[in-house]
Amino acid sequence: MSDAIVLKYDVPGDDFTRAGEASSDIKQKLKQMGIPPEAIRKVAISMYEGEINMVIHAHGGQITVEITPEDVDMLLVDHGPGIADISQAMQAGFSTAPEDVRGLGFGAGMGLPNMKKYSDDFSIESEVGVGTTVHMKVRF
Amino acid sequence: MTIREIQKILDAKVCCGEELLDREVHTACGSDLMSDVLAFVKDQAVLLTGLCNPQAIRTAEMMDIVCLVFVRSKVPTETMVELARENDLVILSTELAMFPSCGLLYENGLRGGSRI
Repeated sequence: MSDAIVLKYDVPGDDFTRAGEASSDIKQKLKQMGIPPEAIRKVAISMYEGEINMVIHAHGGQITVEITPEDVDMLLVDHGPGIADISQAMQAGFSTAPEDVRGLGFGAGMGLPNMKKYSDDFSIESEVGVGTTVHMKVRF
Repeated sequence: MTIREIQKILDAKVCCGEELLDREVHTACGSDLMSDVLAFVKDQAVLLTGLCNPQAIRTAEMMDIVCLVFVRSKVPTETMVELARENDLVILSTELAMFPSCGLLYENGLRGGSRI
């Protein structure tokens, strides 16, 4: 689409303090563009959870965000360990995060459920040993 | 309730956002688990937490939370304060623990968000 804006982010792995920088940047940009606040919040939360997941589980990854006049499309790709049982991973409260991550306020098994909750379209594909791809869309 | 009233009730120190103390707060949330905070959108909320790391600030940013209260005398680092300033977030620090902090605010009329 000619009037789409495409932004790409590299999410650094293993640096928990920097997790959220990409989501923060998107949030600022959407604000400047005058996107409705409720849609901005949905994008910010779903992408932030995705970023956190990439840092906790996958040593980072790449996020591509496409902003059109109708919606925000987010594609999160990592080359981490992959998820063996996606339906189990989607259950609220299920987590494989290590104990130290829980001490940092995450790893409570709410990441994927939150991403699904706040996006209008949500899909996830994963292969063990290859990586995980999450696709989310938020409409205005 | 304003942030200034919260500061008085909790006898809290203002770590940043002194100029924003007259902002209104409608709801409150007390949690050390950021994913739980992210699960339920609150309107102009204050977040009380014992989790003193940059992700507490980030979570507040994503949720449009207006004020963060660190309980049990926790104090944010310079980096965290800077991040909060960029996002017009007020940070308070109280000597009180989580339970009495929440209790005092509740007693003074502040309520949580809607039920799950």
